[in-house]
Amino acid sequence: MSELLRVEDLRVRFPSRTGSTEVVRGISFSMGRERLGIVGESGSGKSQTGRAILGLTPEPGQATAQRLVFDGVDLTTFSQAQWRTMRGKRISMIMQDPKFSLNPVMSIGQQLIEACRIHDKLSKSNARTKSIEMLKAVKIRDAARVMGAYPHELSGGMGQRVMIAMMLVAEPQLLIADEPTSALDVTVKIEILKILDQLVSDHGMGLLLISHDLRLVSSFCDRILVLYAGMIVEEIKASDLMQAKHPYTQGLLNCLPSIDGQRRPLPTLDRDQAWGR
Amino acid sequence: MTMLCINQLSVTFSQGSKHVQALHEVSFAVRRGESYGIVGESGSGKSSVLRAVCGLIPQMQGTIQLDGQILTRPLKANFYRQVQMVFQDPYASLHPRHTIDRVLSEALVIHRFDHVDRRVNQALMDVGLDKGFRFRYPHQLSGGQRQRAAIARALILEPSVVLLDEPTSALDASIQAEVLNLLDRLRQERELTYVLVSHDLSVVSHMCDRLVVMQNGAVVEEMTRQDLVLQRAQEPYTQTLLSASLGYRKDMLTPV
Repeated sequence: MSELLRVEDLRVRFPSRTGSTEVVRGISFSMGRERLGIVGESGSGKSQTGRAILGLTPEPGQATAQRLVFDGVDLTTFSQAQWRTMRGKRISMIMQDPKFSLNPVMSIGQQLIEACRIHDKLSKSNARTKSIEMLKAVKIRDAARVMGAYPHELSGGMGQRVMIAMMLVAEPQLLIADEPTSALDVTVKIEILKILDQLVSDHGMGLLLISHDLRLVSSFCDRILVLYAGMIVEEIKASDLMQAKHPYTQGLLNCLPSIDGQRRPLPTLDRDQAWGR
Repeated sequence: MTMLCINQLSVTFSQGSKHVQALHEVSFAVRRGESYGIVGESGSGKSSVLRAVCGLIPQMQGTIQLDGQILTRPLKANFYRQVQMVFQDPYASLHPRHTIDRVLSEALVIHRFDHVDRRVNQALMDVGLDKGFRFRYPHQLSGGQRQRAAIARALILEPSVVLLDEPTSALDASIQAEVLNLLDRLRQERELTYVLVSHDLSVVSHMCDRLVVMQNGAVVEEMTRQDLVLQRAQEPYTQTLLSASLGYRKDMLTPV
């Protein structure tokens, strides 16, 4: 398996009045063209890890890494202009809630056409044809109507499909999906995952799926990184998740209620100070 | 013995000439001391049922019986004491500029309870928050602590029916387990009747003895916990929900 992304000693810091807080504390991993899941609770640094890989750490935060190599190119020395050639085109990201990531005052069509023209330098009419194709690729039935619609006129599932369509325009090699389905209903969730699954297997894309949902990640991804307090506490093959070694991973698994198990009370998580060190 | 009986409940929201029927003749009955679940996707009307029961939707049709008595409008103060609600988002349901003490004691004062000070301390202790939290503001509490405070607020009036609208969906899995355990323990100690709304079938199966599945504002089917465990769903919609809650598979059924 060829290596697509290598991250070594990634750290993200936010300065505050009482000194700086490190939210990502030395994360290292590498991935190929596979489905890699990152799980953790809120505040574990999983989203900041995803953003740092795209150079999108929000101000005044600072991200540093020993090495951040994407497809043979070292990203740590990149200028803003160089980042822009990378973002969207070769590494892309979809966020949790399409309501906040689409422009509310532009129609879906305008936004897709803009993306096509920036990435592929297409003429307006060609860009339009391509946009409609992309919408069809993410299983939107009446693509022509959706092209003229504004984000508030679409449901959450539709909005998320539009986001995926927009990202597909550039055919990136790596997709970072930050909680792509947590704002969606279970049945819609399955459809979105199916689309992502197809993209990975058909286009040979790498997928970094960030989620708090252990059950979802274990059934969807090939490999899982478990984050706790900004550090990787365990790396495990998704199929072996039930045999997880680290007490934190075991705790997270055990505290989920299940349909067939009647355990009362549910086991809760006893946090060990040593995990965060 | 039926505690809460909902009969042919319909709700239509109108704006000008536009009408949306949010609930179509929904009926179910909840026994005393039972925990009853309502499952469905967003827009299926599950929250509207709860809002109608606690009087937040005045333009409803149909009847609601509480403890054998048909509710008449205007609702009595005693009804508001007996039926309490816990909302989904603990970040939005507590007043940001009121301390926990004020949130809890306000309800007591309105309903003319005695020993306000003692009751507030007791309510906090019951949900596992120590006295130090009493004079804090919501922003000084974590999500799980806030949801505990919201539960304390609902229980301080000693209600008999508690309506829970997605009480754990804004919380992390580990915190969710703590809150579910707390709700379970309180129900046993006080013989409360719960109506729990959730989109998560495993949460409902853990908490509830019986449940209804709703779609597009109507009841699809009523099930027991046993039916869920043995995956005995009659309707295709419920089967899709069941398979979706087990995780992702390549050969997954496409939703209807």
